[in-house]
Amino acid sequence: MGLFSRKKTKFVDSDVLVIGGGMAGCGATYEARYWGRDLNVVCVEKANIERSGAVAQGLYAINTYMGMQWDENQPEDHVRYARNDLMGLVREDLGYDIARHVDSTVHKFEEWGLPMMRDPETGRYQREGKWQIMIHGESYKPIVAEAARKAATEIYNRIMVTHLLMDKSKENRVAGAVGFNVRTGDFYVFRAKAVIVAAGGASHIYKPRAVGEGMGRTWYAPWSSASAYALPIEVGAKMTQMENRIVLTRFKDGYGPVGAYFLHLKTYTENAYGNEYESTWYENTKELVGDYIDMHPVPTCLRNHALLEEVKAGRGPIRMVTKEAFQDPHKETVGWENFLGMTIGQAVVWASQNIDPKHTNPELTTSEPYVMGSHATCSGAWASGPEDVAPDDYQWGYNRMMTVDGLFGAGDTIGGAAHKFSSGSFSEGRIAAKAAVKYIKDMGKDQPQVSEQEYEDLKKVVFKPMENYEVGRNEIVGGTVSPSYILPIHGLQRLEKIMDEYVGGIGANYMTNGPLLNRGLELLEMLKEDMHHIGAEDLHQLQRAWELHHRVVASESVTHHTMFRTETRWPGYYYRGDHMKLDDDNWHCFTLSRFDRDSGEWAMEKAPVHHIID
Amino acid sequence: MPTFVYMTRCDGCGHCVDICPSDIMHIDKTYRRAVNIEPNFCWECYSCVKACPQNAIDVRGYADFAPLGHSVRVLREEEKNTVSWKLIFRDGTEKNFVSPIRTTEWGSIKSPSEYDAPTEDALASQELAHEPEFLNIDELPTLTRDKLTEGAR
Repeated sequence: MGLFSRKKTKFVDSDVLVIGGGMAGCGATYEARYWGRDLNVVCVEKANIERSGAVAQGLYAINTYMGMQWDENQPEDHVRYARNDLMGLVREDLGYDIARHVDSTVHKFEEWGLPMMRDPETGRYQREGKWQIMIHGESYKPIVAEAARKAATEIYNRIMVTHLLMDKSKENRVAGAVGFNVRTGDFYVFRAKAVIVAAGGASHIYKPRAVGEGMGRTWYAPWSSASAYALPIEVGAKMTQMENRIVLTRFKDGYGPVGAYFLHLKTYTENAYGNEYESTWYENTKELVGDYIDMHPVPTCLRNHALLEEVKAGRGPIRMVTKEAFQDPHKETVGWENFLGMTIGQAVVWASQNIDPKHTNPELTTSEPYVMGSHATCSGAWASGPEDVAPDDYQWGYNRMMTVDGLFGAGDTIGGAAHKFSSGSFSEGRIAAKAAVKYIKDMGKDQPQVSEQEYEDLKKVVFKPMENYEVGRNEIVGGTVSPSYILPIHGLQRLEKIMDEYVGGIGANYMTNGPLLNRGLELLEMLKEDMHHIGAEDLHQLQRAWELHHRVVASESVTHHTMFRTETRWPGYYYRGDHMKLDDDNWHCFTLSRFDRDSGEWAMEKAPVHHIID
Repeated sequence: MPTFVYMTRCDGCGHCVDICPSDIMHIDKTYRRAVNIEPNFCWECYSCVKACPQNAIDVRGYADFAPLGHSVRVLREEEKNTVSWKLIFRDGTEKNFVSPIRTTEWGSIKSPSEYDAPTEDALASQELAHEPEFLNIDELPTLTRDKLTEGAR
């Protein structure tokens, strides 16, 4: 028996279990109740759904809204846009599906009380860009959380889910999840007929630019700990496009958003000497990617590429020209409220450094890479598509079901569908939940059973970091250096260093190659072994230990995928130095991986990209 | 720190502990007041600052890039449905902003179970809750077979 096996075990039975209470999770919880009136719907969240997930501090724009009621855009248009931005590779069925539903989601948000800005002339939602509408979204998350609370049978806050549970009788079927309460230390066994993973993508798998106190000011939330990927990976769900990490061009140090600046305020970039630079890299980029540079709008990664090349050529820093726009008091207000609504830290940086964009053109920089499925990138689980439009290759079960029976996903979790953002993630949660209800209704009496052996074994594993610390700390006088354990922060810093140096982080100018990736995998393997020796001095550190575990699993997946795709598909996100050009003949396809938990091996394969929209 | 707590204002109520998405606001065992135990995992999201009934929590920008002397304060008032900001630059420049946060009563959202129960046909369709009504168009779009360029079933 482990030292901490005396901890209480609590059992929670549900029909639909939603893991993660961010935008996707709240959407799933709401929709599960709508279709499953008599079902037991449980949502479990490691923080507090009132302010959890990537939208915790609010948003100033909803980035995915068609405006079909005014014939502004049609779902097909959004598919073309996302496809171009991702250099041709998206799951068009999934993207189409989100786009056709997203307007009803946004209209519901407005009914619930989300303040929408309106164009004074047309009365329509105020457009920031072709797809974006502007909101006063300080309370976006509390409003959405209220809807989820009304819908759920029970919300469990402050429970970190560590592993999924599989059915003991039927192979490849999910049966629930386990985790622990970060306040009480109670061990939780969630038994469920269907599980929807709506957890967060991955920040902090690459070394961030600030490594001191400011390491928390990453672009994506520091609590996005890759649970979206690790949970399904560890039960053998297939993943796709995990190499498709994203790098963001943002205001320096605060990573404040640039969308409203470019699109609404009409600010633009220039190099240190006041010159436009993007067009000067046209030929260089065309050499690498061919006609993709001629797409409109220019794909996000290629705009990054021009910025990176300009800085490498010695003409940085790149600045956003704000001085003209900010002379207009309305635009100045929009510029500031944009930060205060979603990236307050950028306002803090500017106040501290006396950067008033009315008088100073602020610096831009590129972030470290993040792995996620909801922004201008599409890493995540390989999921079955909508029945009416998904090609056969993309359809094996219920909509948004992964390759594990009963395991659904939404938001950052589901791969191939870029440009979901907040509204699309909520919509995908709704799509997944409706399908999960159907799955349960079709299930009949053949219900999944958890194995006592499995959750008892996991209980020991989950609390092992506390045991490691409890035992190991007696070996040393004090401090943080022990020969027997490393702390979660130690492991995190090692992970970030490996990924940065070997898998194309900022320290390597986003460059990697086969030999570097091989060495990276060797070091990751040793880190994985050392994860058995993580020491956690309390429950908070135990949460950090499991967040790190999830990050390590996701990082290994990212590295295998990056190795498999022997081309540079997205220059500006990362480069394969040994395969610098885009290679449509061989790589106009998805990369798929499957982790075998018994052997520890990763199997890689290609899957076709079907273009269902012209 | 990034967030920190003023000793004389905090009464140890724990609202910040309940709300922090990063689980870094804890109650100090000696002083019985809140403290940011892990500043390098703070996103400066201000969730705790907004939740504090005593206005006891403030932010000092990250030491590795934010010079001292600035202040970004917030007051979130649900009864007024506004959020108000006061920015003070290191050089003393001051800026103030006020935005609405909600247009309806807090707690007014209806549970989905308060709507008419959906039919079996609706469950079998591609429509989600409140569709097509909330799309504000006649019907949910789909792609007819002749529109699918590849992979048509």
